[in-house]
Amino acid sequence: MKIAKRKKSKNILKYQQKGKRFSIFCLLPSFSGVMLFFVIPFIVVIYYSMIDNPINHEFVFFENFISVFNNEAFRLAASNTLKFSGIAVPLAVSLALLLAMMLNSKIPFRSHFRTFFLSPMMVPIASVVLIWQVLFHYNGLANDMLGVFGVHKIDWFKSDYAQIVVVILFLWKNLGYNMILFMAALSSIPKEILEVAEMESAKPWQIFWYIKIRYLSATILFVTIMSLINSFKVFREIFLLTGARPFSSVYMLQHYMNNMFERLDYQRLSAAAIMMSLAMVFIIGIMFLTENYFGRDVEG
Amino acid sequence: MEISLEKWQKMVKRKAARRRHVTLAKIMLATTVAVFFAVLFLMPTFLTITNSFMSQSEISANYGQVFQTTDTGGKVFISERVNLKFIPDIVSFSQYNTVLLRSPDYLVKFWNSVILVVPIVVFQLTLATLAAFGFTRYQGRIKELIFFFYIILMLMPYQVTLVPNFLVSDWLNLLDTRWAIWLPGIVSPFAVFLLTKYMRKIPIAYMEAAQIDGAGEWQLFMRIALPLCKGAIGSVAILVFIDYWNMVEQPLILISDSMYHPLSVFLSKIKEAEIGLAFAVATIYMVPPILVFLYGEDYLVEGITYQGGIKG
Repeated sequence: MKIAKRKKSKNILKYQQKGKRFSIFCLLPSFSGVMLFFVIPFIVVIYYSMIDNPINHEFVFFENFISVFNNEAFRLAASNTLKFSGIAVPLAVSLALLLAMMLNSKIPFRSHFRTFFLSPMMVPIASVVLIWQVLFHYNGLANDMLGVFGVHKIDWFKSDYAQIVVVILFLWKNLGYNMILFMAALSSIPKEILEVAEMESAKPWQIFWYIKIRYLSATILFVTIMSLINSFKVFREIFLLTGARPFSSVYMLQHYMNNMFERLDYQRLSAAAIMMSLAMVFIIGIMFLTENYFGRDVEG
Repeated sequence: MEISLEKWQKMVKRKAARRRHVTLAKIMLATTVAVFFAVLFLMPTFLTITNSFMSQSEISANYGQVFQTTDTGGKVFISERVNLKFIPDIVSFSQYNTVLLRSPDYLVKFWNSVILVVPIVVFQLTLATLAAFGFTRYQGRIKELIFFFYIILMLMPYQVTLVPNFLVSDWLNLLDTRWAIWLPGIVSPFAVFLLTKYMRKIPIAYMEAAQIDGAGEWQLFMRIALPLCKGAIGSVAILVFIDYWNMVEQPLILISDSMYHPLSVFLSKIKEAEIGLAFAVATIYMVPPILVFLYGEDYLVEGITYQGGIKG
């Protein structure tokens, strides 16, 4: 009896061991790929960022970082990127929330509107930049419409206004995605709570502020972070609109990195990449911490 | 103060009527705003498509100056109007005729896009379903740590990940070949993350029941995990497809030979001489994602919803 039991548990153990081995085997292709294409080269990137040049291999520690940081172009790129994100991200979050709430109210043709708002996500940016160039041309529709209000013509792509064009393109592309996230979050708010609040004659702004925003806090955070990350990718839009050498107001970090690629300046490229990844880790860390903090009081 | 029943009923009725009034006004306002946004959202796509039916001479008459180039390569403007046309004067297929039948150059670029994107979607999903199964079964501390690492990697912008990709491609002599884009795309952690999240929601009892019936791990994967994840795999496939169909940065940096560039990069370089075709090319380029969208919008929405709450 005893022996049989032991044998059985041994069998289970063996079985589990086998299962574990299989699950590791499943992970292996993906994991080795990630190691080969991201992790190992990233370690080398760290190494590159600390040597003076690829022939000498002499350690200079933070000299590359300092030289990147003091670089005029890098500073311009960093401040432009910050400025762009500072404008675009709050707009992307608040407008998306507005759209989501609109679609969650009882308007007709809701599913059609959802399709319309989501469609820019599918349309490749490369396909619509032509229209963008026509709309914001010096003699284009945007200036004509502003002209009705007596505003002088603006040279959209070759002035500080270029950022506005890029912000609009960014919003056009990203609002639908954010809206879907908000719609899901809005529909997960328990109906009873809203009904009780209404019966207690809470005003609409009170319902919005004290109930909906509280339930949405985790989603707002997530949408903010995703928009922030997407705002770093805006190089694509700018490149397609204005080419590799844009007006200085839309010279972003990626343009700077691109120049480093072209010059094969691995040291500075690595230093810039590491600084950027540190910033990202910082942002992601904040996301996780705040999600832990906020998630607790509604999820119970 | 005493209120008679009659009076009270009247008050309630009036209040209800007022509320109906307010909600009706609200809905009308919301609908107006929604229509306004819908027009803004649809206009660029719509205009691109309608303009693709203009004849080439009409295009260059209306927009010629937008795409005029000087010797320095910069775009210049002349003080003339740019006539934005919503509907072409005469519907003509001359743009399509040229693109599809007379200059195979564009079709080659289109083919480049297809051949870059399809293998990435197929193989990224294959690797990812396997890896997701690995992350789901026998979770432990080390696996959790690796999974967390995948999340961070997924959130990194291209600016950061392109540098390591470039280095590896350089070491392996893959630069200027399609492999430089295929391989990093295939091992990208995005699909792994989403599928793992989905697979972990499958009740463990399903797996255990199958195990008791004598199913091995491979059968658990093929007969339980895969069929239950079909919808999720579809959603993720759509998201991955859009992402790579839209790609610009990777080919720009990893492939210097413009022969292999996808249509997206090529579209940005269209010059005055080709402006008569540009809209047709742009329209052709957006046909595949739009078809995918029309067919799989619900999958797409579900996929996005799953992305929400990265940790959940």
